[in-house]
Parts: sequence; C-alpha cells; structure tokens
Amino acid sequence: MNSLIRATARCLRPGSAVYLTRQADTRMCLTPGQRFLCSATGIKKDLAEIVKKDKVVVFMKGDPSQPMCGFSNAVVQILRMHGVDDYASYNVLEDQRLRQGVKDFSNWPTIPQVYFNGEFVGGCDILLQMHQNGDLVEELEKLGIRSALVDTENKSK
Amino acid sequence: MFPAVIRSIWPASARLAIRQPLGHFRLHMDPDVSRPIERAIRTKLTDTLRPDHLEVHNESHMHAVPPGSESHFRVLVVSSQFEGLPLIQRHRLVNETLKDELKSYVHALAIQAKTPQQWATNPTLAKSPPCMGGSRGDNTVEEKQKAGRE
Repeated sequence: MNSLIRATARCLRPGSAVYLTRQADTRMCLTPGQRFLCSATGIKKDLAEIVKKDKVVVFMKGDPSQPMCGFSNAVVQILRMHGVDDYASYNVLEDQRLRQGVKDFSNWPTIPQVYFNGEFVGGCDILLQMHQNGDLVEELEKLGIRSALVDTENKSK
Repeated sequence: MFPAVIRSIWPASARLAIRQPLGHFRLHMDPDVSRPIERAIRTKLTDTLRPDHLEVHNESHMHAVPPGSESHFRVLVVSSQFEGLPLIQRHRLVNETLKDELKSYVHALAIQAKTPQQWATNPTLAKSPPCMGGSRGDNTVEEKQKAGRE
C-alpha cells in the first residue's frame, strides 16, 4: 500500500507523468461548431445521455493530454495508473454552459467530475481515496475493467 | 436615581458591551477578520457538523490567482456525523453546508471527511496537487474574486 501511495505521489508531481498514447477518442461534444441546445433542459438531456454513453466519463479542465488544473490532472493520472485510457473526457473550459450544466446536473459544485456507468462517483478527492483504499480496483472490475495495478501487485508478490 | 442616571448616559448597547467585554474585545482581535470567507467556512462547518477536529486551509496562494485571494480551500472535517456515510454523501454534506460560498467566492474546495475513528487511525492532512494554471484568465474565477471584493 505504501508503494502505491508513493507511486501516486510521483505521478502527481508535475512533469513526472509519462503520457501514453491515447487509445480512445477524447470526444469534445458541445463545442461551438456543433448544434447546441441552449436551454437548461437541453443541457440536462445531453448530459444524461453523455454520462451513459461510456463506462468512464470525466468532466475536467483541459484534456487528458494537457490537463489545465492540478485536480483534473490528478484524476487523469490515477486513471492512467490503473491502465484506464479508454474513457470519454469533456473539457469544461471550452464551454461555460457545459461547465455550469454539469455542476447542476451532478449537484456538485466543482470540477473535475467522474462518472462510472452513468453514475456520479465524485471528484478528485473521492477518486484519490478510492485509489488509496483499494475501492477503485473493485469499482473498475464492476465495469469490466481490470486495473493494471492488480497485475502489478500480483507480479510483486 | 443613580441607575436612572447611568441609563441616560450610556445607551443600552454600550452597557451590553461592557457586560460582555471579552466578546467585544475578541471581535477586534479576531485574526480572521481579514479573511471573511475562511471564517465563514469555519463557522458553518463547526455549527453544522460539530466536528471533533476541523482544519480550514486557504490554498489560494498555490494557484494562479492574485495575492490575498480566498478562492481555493482545503478542509479537513472529523465528525461523528459521517459515521455510516459513504464518501460521496459526506462530501455532499460539506458541499451543502458551504453552498453559498461555493456559489459565490470559492472556486475550488478539497475535502477530507473522516469519522473520529478514521482520523485516529490516520491523522494526516492530504496535500493538494500542484496548480496547472487553469485559473489564470478564467473568467469564472475572476468574477468570483470581483464579487468577493465588492
């Protein structure tokens, strides 16, 4: 567990993360060029669909290749540590309506926000604690995602 | 006669202040008087969650915001009211308690919400990750700071 926490700390230091080639599209919906439903109902409906389209959905500042916020970066790094690269991320800095819309939708005042299978998980603090106490491995397993750390821990035994 | 004289010279408010000199004196000596948001956070969390242990850290200096800002906070709340609650519910309790601050001045809030037993087992304050400059030029943060100044 201590090695896990030290590894986490290393990843969260700036410049130390090794960015893997992203395998998933980082889908940026609701960009200015696209048709967009302006009403609050529209955003809510869009978000209800978005959070269910992928197993793991992250609303963040920036994108996984270039996070614009330390807390958003922490979420990206934690997912990366678990080998989760195939997820949808949405950059709230590109759209203020999305930024406020997701806060209203989740009833959660801050970014980043993480969804698993359409269910709101929490922000950076919660994801970090789930990672530290082992719950994240279990939750990913429920999604049918085998955490890379399971293999790492097995190898070290 | 004398009580009547006293009442006419000193208004009730002054007499009240003298009866409670320490409270009045403490207000002027309050170190948080220049940090109203931090004070409000501390007061609300104390009143609502009755914590065994509470830490409120203004981390605005770690972010791309002007000096003296009260925009980024980390709170550690140890309360028996968290017993039996999953993490997300604990955080929602804290968010709800501070909803006015979060709607207005506070841009980021890092939360550790522990039961007394969890705190006794692991009495450590988590550290926030380094800023990546997202607040720089962020209209939302600037608007909140402007609201705070006003």
